[in-house]
Amino acid sequence: MDLVLVNLIDGLVFGLLLFMLSSGLTLIFSMMGVLNFAHASFYMLGAYFGYQISTVLGLGFIGGLIVAPVIVGVAGAAIERYGLRRVHQYGHVPELIFTFGLALLIQEMVKLFWGQNQIPYFEPSYLDFALFSVGDNAIKAYKVFMIFISLLIFGGLLYVLTKTRIGMIIQAALSYPQTVEALGHNVPFVFMGVFGVGSALAGIAGVIAGPALGTFPGMAFTLGSIVFVTIVVGGLGSLWGALVASLLIGWMTTFAASYNIEMSSILQGIGFIKPEDLSESAFQDLWTLTLPQIGPILPYLLMVLILVFRPQGLLGKRES
Amino acid sequence: MKNIKKFGAVSALSLIIGASAAFAENIKIAFVDPLSGPFATTGTNGAAEWTFAADELVNKAGGVLGGRNFEVVTFDNKMSGKETLIQVQVAIDQGIRFIAQGNSSGIAAAITDAVNKHNKRNPDDRVLFLNYSAVDPALTNEKCNFWHFRFDANADIKMDALTDVMAKDQGLSKVYLIGQDYSFGKAVAAAAERDIAKKRPDVEIVGNELHPIGKVKDFTPYARKIVASGADSVITGNWGSDMVGLGKAIIEAGFEGQIYTYYAASNGITRTFGEDGKGHLNLVHEGKLNPPVSDRASAYIDAFEAKYPDHDISQARIANAVEMLAKAIEVAGTADDVVPIALALEGMEHDSIWGGKVFMRPEDHQAIQDVHIGAHTDENIRHPLDNSAFGLSDDVTVEMASMDSPTTCEMKRP
Repeated sequence: MDLVLVNLIDGLVFGLLLFMLSSGLTLIFSMMGVLNFAHASFYMLGAYFGYQISTVLGLGFIGGLIVAPVIVGVAGAAIERYGLRRVHQYGHVPELIFTFGLALLIQEMVKLFWGQNQIPYFEPSYLDFALFSVGDNAIKAYKVFMIFISLLIFGGLLYVLTKTRIGMIIQAALSYPQTVEALGHNVPFVFMGVFGVGSALAGIAGVIAGPALGTFPGMAFTLGSIVFVTIVVGGLGSLWGALVASLLIGWMTTFAASYNIEMSSILQGIGFIKPEDLSESAFQDLWTLTLPQIGPILPYLLMVLILVFRPQGLLGKRES
Repeated sequence: MKNIKKFGAVSALSLIIGASAAFAENIKIAFVDPLSGPFATTGTNGAAEWTFAADELVNKAGGVLGGRNFEVVTFDNKMSGKETLIQVQVAIDQGIRFIAQGNSSGIAAAITDAVNKHNKRNPDDRVLFLNYSAVDPALTNEKCNFWHFRFDANADIKMDALTDVMAKDQGLSKVYLIGQDYSFGKAVAAAAERDIAKKRPDVEIVGNELHPIGKVKDFTPYARKIVASGADSVITGNWGSDMVGLGKAIIEAGFEGQIYTYYAASNGITRTFGEDGKGHLNLVHEGKLNPPVSDRASAYIDAFEAKYPDHDISQARIANAVEMLAKAIEVAGTADDVVPIALALEGMEHDSIWGGKVFMRPEDHQAIQDVHIGAHTDENIRHPLDNSAFGLSDDVTVEMASMDSPTTCEMKRP
């Protein structure tokens, strides 16, 4: 029972982290129709900038948390304004290639400046203690801090998008860009703003995930694919969908990793007979499979199922 | 007349060049490992250690065979089996007789196979394979051949030494095995299971699992399971970011026991663990760094750190490999015919710069040497790693580990 509670907390932390990445990506996608491959790279930049600002420049962790996302956001906006917008006129494929190239470029730049190795980016000492324990399992204060920051951001985003005038314009620009433009709003500027804010969100995620999950040049790659899965499962353009899908995937991978359910017991449960000598069996791998082994690919399985049975995603509105 | 003069000059010149080349021609060693891509850190570190060992231990001491120097030529195999075979062929075509490789047992298996075939087909320009790091036991068992020499202790030997030490701990009761889901991770788990059952049948293995290699984003759930299982020791063969992620998650989850590893040091890992790893992390390896074994070893490490501030002596066996090769070439009296060199290497007993002896077992070409269990700490560390205050303190040693371990190798000598 203790383990269930601990896993719920751990899954929540990871899910909310995914949400910070996917919320920005899903807004950018629904607005510009471009899958931004470089989104996870902004997350990585956030972590590296956070490290640089907090330790090398000596502004402390909070300094990094405030300054790094701003830099990442400005960089994102500049990339949209001077890169993506120019490529936009040639269609979606060049845009895709542009963001893909950008992701590779950022990865190489990071290696050039900070090297191949994992860098020593740690939690601030004042959050580096066990806040409480469930059974023998310690829950660190930093995890609670991560939950707190993520919820704060979700609340803020929700408020801005649904309750303010800016949010109304953004929502309108999502579905009827021409009309919004005709009403005198600067739609390209809105796009640039959304891209910048989306990048900044990824930057925040990087700053707070860097110490917890490790800051190394492969971090964008390991998290990048799962973020796409999240927005497809949640429904493209839906903030609530991104939240639901992130939490679902967070809990799914966490629980899958912590319970050693064996494939052989499932197979035997549904009536198959386990072969005496597995080394002779053609399905040897299938029989010896356990849930933690396949845990990390479960989200992809979920995505396939969603695409087959509910292509618009869990909370998506549009059919396309 | 003019032509004759010209001819004379040219032939004299070529004679001089030829003579000087024959006099001081370098003995080349092809270093074939990843120098680009995600595994470049380990590869470049290995290249630095080889180059430094050749210069410091052989060339500065006057070379071999009356003044011939060692020269390490690097080839980038990009961690791909196919690329490796191409690079090995390029090296052979350049007349290089010694191939050094270590990263990945899969690639080592490809090389040992290719070298074996090459030597069979080309008896006039045979080559030797100096394996300095690939630890899959198969390479000195069913896949062994006369041209392959392993200078590292293989995974079974390391596990044997590790479980010897663990078995003496009377407090030990529950062990958790976790590793990456591929051949090496499985080999470590199998060896641990076998050795613990043999040495301490009372110890319970409370978990034995594999996770996808390089795919796990958050190791926390694995750590929770380990803590919940009540394990007092964890054994893992993880390396790279999988090692850091797993280790940090276990320690942060409140685990209070020991974590025994194969690769939790250097390449940023020591620095990343820092204070957190103290009292938890242990690493089984050869080559003692702390406390220093001798002034000579300390001077060697200091000189290396001065020349390559961003690298570490993380593969101490490279120094043994270079010294033993030099000795074998001297004994054989040739650097071109590798058969007498290999015969000289077989059964060689070498006084290692790291203290103790290295014995190249003739029946399977596995180096037998002292294996240490090093603790990650910042106390009494004369030679730290990763430019941090932390390093490995090798306080527990198993002398000549697995000296009489069995092998299935049937060595065919030419």
